[in-house]
Amino acid sequence: MTTKRTESEAQGDIKDALLRAYPPKVARKRAQQMQYHEPTDDLPAKPIKANTRTVPGIITQRGCTYAGCKGVVLGPTRDIVNITHGPIGCGFYSWLTRRNQTRPPTPEDANFMNYCFSTDMQEENIIFGGEKKLKEAIQEAYDLFKPKAIGVFSTCPVGLIGDDVHAVSREMEAKLGITIFGFSCEGYRGVSQSAGHHIANNQLFKHVVGLDDTPQTHPFAINLLGEYNIGGDAFVIEDLLQRCGIHLVATFSGNSSFDFFANSHTADLNAVMCHRSINYMADMMEKKFGIPWIKINFIGAEATAKSLRKIAQFFDSDLLEQQVEKVIAEEMPAVLEAQKRARRRLEGKTAMLFVGGSRAHHYQTLFKEMGMKIAAAGYEFAHRDDYEGRRVLDSIQVDADSRNIEELEVHPDPQRFKPRMADETKARLEREGLKFSEYEGMMPDMDPGALVIDDISHHEMERLIDRYRPDIFCAGIKEKYGIQKMGIPCKQLHSYDYGGPYAGFAGAIEFYEEIDRLVNCRFLKKLRAPWHEVGLASSGLAAEHQVGRVETEKGGSDSSDVDYAA
Amino acid sequence: MRKVAIYGKGGIGKSTTTQNTVAGLSEQGKKVMVVGCDPKADSTRLLLGGLAQKTVLDTLREEGEDVDLDDVCKPGFRGTLCVESGGPEPGVGCAGRGIITSVNLLEQLGAYQEDKNLDYVFYDVLGDVVCGGFAMPIREGKATEIYIVVSGEMMAMYAANNICKGIVKFAEAGGVRLGGLICNSRKVDNEAEMIGALADELGTQMIHFVPRDNDVQRAEINRKTVIEWKPEAPQADQYRHLARSIDENDMFVIPKPLKVDRLETLLLDYGLAA
Repeated sequence: MTTKRTESEAQGDIKDALLRAYPPKVARKRAQQMQYHEPTDDLPAKPIKANTRTVPGIITQRGCTYAGCKGVVLGPTRDIVNITHGPIGCGFYSWLTRRNQTRPPTPEDANFMNYCFSTDMQEENIIFGGEKKLKEAIQEAYDLFKPKAIGVFSTCPVGLIGDDVHAVSREMEAKLGITIFGFSCEGYRGVSQSAGHHIANNQLFKHVVGLDDTPQTHPFAINLLGEYNIGGDAFVIEDLLQRCGIHLVATFSGNSSFDFFANSHTADLNAVMCHRSINYMADMMEKKFGIPWIKINFIGAEATAKSLRKIAQFFDSDLLEQQVEKVIAEEMPAVLEAQKRARRRLEGKTAMLFVGGSRAHHYQTLFKEMGMKIAAAGYEFAHRDDYEGRRVLDSIQVDADSRNIEELEVHPDPQRFKPRMADETKARLEREGLKFSEYEGMMPDMDPGALVIDDISHHEMERLIDRYRPDIFCAGIKEKYGIQKMGIPCKQLHSYDYGGPYAGFAGAIEFYEEIDRLVNCRFLKKLRAPWHEVGLASSGLAAEHQVGRVETEKGGSDSSDVDYAA
Repeated sequence: MRKVAIYGKGGIGKSTTTQNTVAGLSEQGKKVMVVGCDPKADSTRLLLGGLAQKTVLDTLREEGEDVDLDDVCKPGFRGTLCVESGGPEPGVGCAGRGIITSVNLLEQLGAYQEDKNLDYVFYDVLGDVVCGGFAMPIREGKATEIYIVVSGEMMAMYAANNICKGIVKFAEAGGVRLGGLICNSRKVDNEAEMIGALADELGTQMIHFVPRDNDVQRAEINRKTVIEWKPEAPQADQYRHLARSIDENDMFVIPKPLKVDRLETLLLDYGLAA
């Protein structure tokens, strides 16, 4: 596969091939969103453009602001009633689709995740305003479920007609005496779901974090930020932390509950997993309460071990360090055994990852553990700091789309701000290699020259697959079937298809086995579409396909493509 | 059936002019329906003798989908048919969407069908073309001729010019044309000449100059058109004249909206000339 890539590059720059179909202005913009990774200690000479509007007409992977707010950040919390204020589609299609799991302490405890709450706006509510119906919905949800909190999520039409979800929330909060808060997360705000993450962070921080001041007694108390318990990932991590003797106060927001958030400001460390979706919360908690944050990653066995060691290093305790080493030692033999099996069958194969705002980075670790190569990667909704590291933060131009999303002004809390360690200790830990408030991004972990594409379009994806024929492509549901029709297995890294968990040591083993099954299963190569059949060879579709095939071959396909292209 | 929409700056006298003109047309034996496209639902008050009308949207809300045309269409002065679209309270919801819904419903109910033997339908539309909803009557051929009520005041002329931009946008797709400017006098200097010149520049005509007369106000207090309240008044004849001009009109154009600086020049040339 490596040789194939070299051959194809000799036949023309892949960037040119991807951009050729675009009008000049679009091509110029897209060109800035594609870079070959050039390692440098300075600021990157050719920064990657990210978090900008998708050109209309391009088929993007991106989702909407409502999806980022309601679906991603608040969705995994079990005991907040999340009401979608809008026509029924938004609520329905965001109902359980992310496969977030949750485990209430007892069957009697509240769990609303299986429900779908929506105001089901009708034309009448659009014309005359939907606030009355929203109030009724809040009242009904309260009467039926007596929840601790209710969240109200605005959809596009709500923003257009100007329903004031915040005023309604305040009014109903005063009436019912529970926490009720609104989100101005209309789908059209921002350039992607990323805006929704930010809005969710802001409102959780303003309305929930810090409501419960019960002091923390555990010596090693942390929050896990940006872990959403897809396919049960959080369960694996919770188990690991517990065995290490680390107390988890709150996860934002996999397997979480309202009470955990309310007390989360008493933790001593924020461990940030998905930097993109939750870094705002980490920053705000540090400013207001003095909680430091470090970047960790529980995807990949080595990354998991490293993350546990970082947490132990932070607490500067021999006892914790011993316990962490003990757990790693218990887990690693099985992992290494599975890795050996996987390497035999997967070494040298290639993967492409175009997904998320962290996942395309985190999952590279797992592929590398199997000896696989990353042919190309990119995020769908990340910002430049997720590619190039937070060191570029100051050089990011804040555009009007980003200014459109509220940036909370946060100051130290006069009573509750508490530095978690002496300055000297922090300085020493930094000297010993622990990095505070730092995320180095995806690119430094990639091979020099690796192709990175932000917000990849469907057209570019097809060209890439044509050119490189990767052994597996990781994306989401919108891309999945298009990829598979091209004869390439697709692993969804949003919902994990029906699989998981893939976090921690046990998850790594699970992932190795899943990728082996997908890559070494040849059924996709045996599939033949109707227009491949001789009888249809003269049809228009077949002719079109012939053209595509010729280009493919020019692009450097080898004999392994015969099944697909013949 | 001729389908007419009346536009113009807010407060310029669209509803008053429309109803008095309709009264004139019905006096001349025409069968006319008036559709008020304003959430305030006050476009048919003078023809009905008060705010007696239940709006289309309120009816739709209360009766569900089971609405009869008779529920929303009330007979007024000399057999004119009066409909109010209605809409939300100020500051909530979407009035534009309300107009779209209500005009569509009228169509479905057969309000404009041939057996109704209508000669005219008049849409009296709130203010400017502020959004898609208020453009509804000129979209998709619902109204085919537009009259803009204007005065010699600067903002009224700006609004008229702006409405022309809306007409251009829909003219090619929907076939809508401008029938003329109705000058509803505010006793501005050189008003008739100025509006005449504006009409020329737009490529249309000033179809009538309606002088200012307190009888209009008096009739309104009595919830009547001038024609009904005081048929012998000179102002009643003005509206009869306007009605006849519209009935006989054969000048329908795609307007040529002015650049703002041209509009300003026009004001300087005429507004300060006296």
